[in-house]
Amino acid sequence: MSESSQTGRRRFYLSFIYGLWALLSAALTAPALVYLLLPPKLRNREDWVEAGDIDKLADHVPLELTFRQTRRDGWKLSSEQRTAWVVKLGSQVVAFGPQCTHLGCAYHWEPKGEFLCPCHSSVFGPDGRVISGPAPRPLDRYESRTENGKLWVRALKESEPTS
Amino acid sequence: MKDWRRRLLNWLDHRTGLESAIRNFLLEDIPASSGWHQIFGSVAVFLFLVQAFTGALLAFNYAPTPGDAYNSLRYILTELTGGPLMRGLHHWGASMMIVIVVLHMVQVVLYGAYKKPREATWMVGVMLLLLTLAYGLTGYLLPWDNRAYWGTVVATRIAAQAPLLGPYLSRLLGSFGGEVGVVTFARFYGLHVLLLPPATTILIALHIYLVRKHGVAPQPGDEARPSKKFFPEQVFKDTVAIFTAFVVLFVLAIVARVPLERLADPTDTTYVPRPEWYFLFLFQTLKYFEGPLEILGSVVLPTLAIAALLLLPFVDRGKARRVTERTGAVAALMLLAIGWAGLTAAAVRSTPKPDLAAIIDFSQPTEWIQLTPVELAGIGYFRQENCVNCHTVGSGKAKEGPDLAGNIHKSAAWMIQHFKRPSAMVPGSSMPPIMLNDAQLNTLAAFLLKLNPQNAEALQSAPDFAVQGALIYQTRQCGSCHVVNGSGMKLGPPLNGLRRRRDRAWVERHFRNPQASSPGTVMPPYRFSPSEMESICSYLFTLSD
Repeated sequence: MSESSQTGRRRFYLSFIYGLWALLSAALTAPALVYLLLPPKLRNREDWVEAGDIDKLADHVPLELTFRQTRRDGWKLSSEQRTAWVVKLGSQVVAFGPQCTHLGCAYHWEPKGEFLCPCHSSVFGPDGRVISGPAPRPLDRYESRTENGKLWVRALKESEPTS
Repeated sequence: MKDWRRRLLNWLDHRTGLESAIRNFLLEDIPASSGWHQIFGSVAVFLFLVQAFTGALLAFNYAPTPGDAYNSLRYILTELTGGPLMRGLHHWGASMMIVIVVLHMVQVVLYGAYKKPREATWMVGVMLLLLTLAYGLTGYLLPWDNRAYWGTVVATRIAAQAPLLGPYLSRLLGSFGGEVGVVTFARFYGLHVLLLPPATTILIALHIYLVRKHGVAPQPGDEARPSKKFFPEQVFKDTVAIFTAFVVLFVLAIVARVPLERLADPTDTTYVPRPEWYFLFLFQTLKYFEGPLEILGSVVLPTLAIAALLLLPFVDRGKARRVTERTGAVAALMLLAIGWAGLTAAAVRSTPKPDLAAIIDFSQPTEWIQLTPVELAGIGYFRQENCVNCHTVGSGKAKEGPDLAGNIHKSAAWMIQHFKRPSAMVPGSSMPPIMLNDAQLNTLAAFLLKLNPQNAEALQSAPDFAVQGALIYQTRQCGSCHVVNGSGMKLGPPLNGLRRRRDRAWVERHFRNPQASSPGTVMPPYRFSPSEMESICSYLFTLSD
């Protein structure tokens, strides 16, 4: 075998060795990164649940509804009792999360027409706006929709801070 | 540029000896006859590394306790991108490792490479084979589905049968009298991820050290020819083999779906356990030994086989090393292969096919209208509790919980216990308890008992007014006096056919004041809200005649 054909052979071997190992490493690390870095699909996290009847809801008079919702944490599922304050604002029906946006106390409805938090006296209007007190932002709202006189809710969305 | 690289390498080598070590390792002298037949060892080491890698990645999303194990694996399979691929690689990698390790041994046997002075290399290799099988055995339980659970029950019962050692072995495996529980699971997991990997690493290191110490086994005629270097020619061949093996593994992992059956159910007495394919021959051997002889097939024969394998280099001490001269070895291998294949084939043939026809029960209702009020009212609780959030019912994509229209086969009593405390009946169930009283749970169970894959869709399409009506019928205990769809007492008139006998206004009046429309009746008056009245009447007027 001549000198040049031997170095040619050697070069062929080397390029295959490096090339195949590079391909192999890529084929193993790429899926591993996808697996570790992409967020879970959580197909059912956004399930709508029926919160209750809102047929008889009067304008600007809130109604406290309780319902069960499934919470997911990784592979853990728990069924939780949830509460929403539902208010009809003209044609729109909104569902507020039951906790004050200040420190998370449960607020209640005052017959004079406002939500009052007993902890630090934050006051919210029927539309969830902060009227007075330390609350930094309006009441959080559930994603909601109405269908045949029933209210369906999904995730609770944090509201934007009052500027 | 070149000069700069050279200097960096020299600096590194001076401080770590890394370059000389790699050079020393790669430039090993190997016999002139070396070639493609010696690739299997490298492929096996590579597959071990793939298993370690994919195993660690799976562990990042896996909860090693019985119930959560199942739920977290399902999370990996359904929620994580690349999750099914990782599990596929790990699952098929295990099978492939067995294949490659066996091929490696076949090559060594054919070439007589275990002969003096390489007996120790061979024995370490046999121990590595046993470790590979131990991974398969312990890893089989980790998904904690029915297949895993029942397969392991068989394995632990076999271990418990071992003469003298049986009880101790079974206690070591965390199982008392062959039962599989949380302790067994912890032991298997501990073995699989904590004990076996370092043991394998050490033995692989020892194995390679011994191979290097004695050199690659030469063939007759090698002494006359100049030896070759391991690098680059043999490294190239090993790399091509490894790459091919990886491509096969990758394709298998993508194409062949690895099943995850339903959550392990220790009360499911109908389940026929099957071991992994590479244990099927043992499983089949067991069948030929019955009664007091069983121990022969389960313990004595395997132990003798392992001993024979370990001692092979001391039994076969002949000089012949050329493949063509090793007729005895070839014949023995052929016999073993035929025996193995025959036993495996027999085991596969005897696997019962799931008999679909046996499950379909046409005596069950096919439409919601045929359901009794209790069963129909059960749909109300079924909807109220959002059961379909976690359960498939008949069709649709798989969810966390089992298919409720599937082959559940449980009694109402079992279901009610399960509803109250799910994990009491199904260990590790992630189902939240249902907060209903006994009567309501009973109603729910009544509905679930009627579900089958054929009627699931039809039953679930029951309109809301009918379900609400049935709920009222149920809670007001109308069934104590009336019959609907063959269920209830015959004190009052049957309510099927009511729509032909009476009009709606009459029925509403009758509810409010029965005495007025039917003097002398024992039916008490009912005060329904307008919507209740609407539901119960609509329900009663849809009943078939």
